[in-house]
Amino acid sequence: MIKIANVSKQYGDFKVLTECSTTVSKGEVIVVCGPSGSGKSTLIKCVNGLEPFQSGEIVVNGISVGDRKTNLSKLRAQVGMVFQNFELFPHMSITENLVIAQTKVLKRSKDEAMDKGMKLLDRVGLRAQAAKYPGQLSGGQQQRVAIARALAMDPICMLFDEPTSALDPEMVNEVLDVMTELAREGMTMMCVTHEMGFAKSVANRVIFMDQGRIVEDDSKDAFFANPRSERAQQFLAKILQH
Amino acid sequence: MHEFDWSSIPGALPFLWDGMKISLLITAQAVLIGIVWGTLLAMMRLSSIKPLSWFAAGYVNFFRAIPLVMVLLWFFLIVPRFIETLLDFPPGSDLRLSSAMMGFALFESAYYSEIIRAGIQSVPKGQISAASALGMTYGQSMRLVVLPQAFRNMVPLLLTQAIILFQDTSLVYVSALADFFGAAYKVGDRDGRLVELLLFAGAVYFVICFSASQIVKRLQKKYHPA
Repeated sequence: MIKIANVSKQYGDFKVLTECSTTVSKGEVIVVCGPSGSGKSTLIKCVNGLEPFQSGEIVVNGISVGDRKTNLSKLRAQVGMVFQNFELFPHMSITENLVIAQTKVLKRSKDEAMDKGMKLLDRVGLRAQAAKYPGQLSGGQQQRVAIARALAMDPICMLFDEPTSALDPEMVNEVLDVMTELAREGMTMMCVTHEMGFAKSVANRVIFMDQGRIVEDDSKDAFFANPRSERAQQFLAKILQH
Repeated sequence: MHEFDWSSIPGALPFLWDGMKISLLITAQAVLIGIVWGTLLAMMRLSSIKPLSWFAAGYVNFFRAIPLVMVLLWFFLIVPRFIETLLDFPPGSDLRLSSAMMGFALFESAYYSEIIRAGIQSVPKGQISAASALGMTYGQSMRLVVLPQAFRNMVPLLLTQAIILFQDTSLVYVSALADFFGAAYKVGDRDGRLVELLLFAGAVYFVICFSASQIVKRLQKKYHPA
């Protein structure tokens, strides 16, 4: 489904990503973790071409992301993405947020898009908020709407970029619950997150990154039982203390 | 002590009203063209295509570095000839209004484009990422996501600029156009009551601009409380 091969990226002399390679199969859930500045957000933003990269290759569902001839908009329409800061469109109601890309990008009819949008709002438990604006919702609710907005495009896979990092602690779980359910339904997911509980219960594999490199790429059991690298051991020790 | 005599004003009101209509017409079309052309200039300036961005920067810097009255004079003296030959108008057609309007529009676009550029930049980058991630093209994300938010943030500034523009329309007197100020001047000159007419015109400008800026303040409070 997603193949990342020897991807490197740099800003001037600073190497953000060095020779990153991994693959994600259909239905797999991958958690990408690592200290801040390790390049994990950059890596998943490369997957849908939001961040360009200088060398290597990323292939999503048979389409090469780095290829100039690739229609990136078309590819992105099939890859859902959820951001740390939700990025709902503040000048549109929740309903409009869910409908706009369906009608403008996928050219669905307004009725069909509304129908789909409402079903997904139901699913994330926010149907009652349909007429409100993003600013009137809590962070957790906004993030659930953002997930619904991405799902409305019927994506072939989902990318999550620290979806719970900007949330108050009591709202983290409502978002993780939605993600867990999604994973159980067989959605292919790549999640950058520090939520090790989520990783333990849902992930198939864990990727650990440090200084722009993929240091560990292992099944979750192997990763949590005995991480091979010292950096990962330190990281886990720190993050699991709390 | 100067004795005021306001008696020539009532009779001149229809003529002054005609002048006001010209002032408002110039303002309205300069605001309209200024916003449309200004938006295009702002998008060019922010574009990654270098020649476009250079052109827009040159245009804006040029018009912001010369006095408006100069631009109006050029448009008064030179552009009508151009149009006459270009569009085959009979020589001596009265093109003063159209050339004044064109001068204003082109000049004000430079100022509007700076306001709009700041407005576009005030929209968080993440919004463009989110729009792109949903498969929107650059054009769609601008049109559907960035510009609506930018304009919402900019409304007070755009209106304030429109008020300044309305005041500046009085500068068309250099082309002997009878806008409101020009009309007042003509009446005062004719009746030997220049002081009264100019005081009256000043009062009218004050009332209009002051009320308009109060309305802008209210709008600002409504949309951006805090």
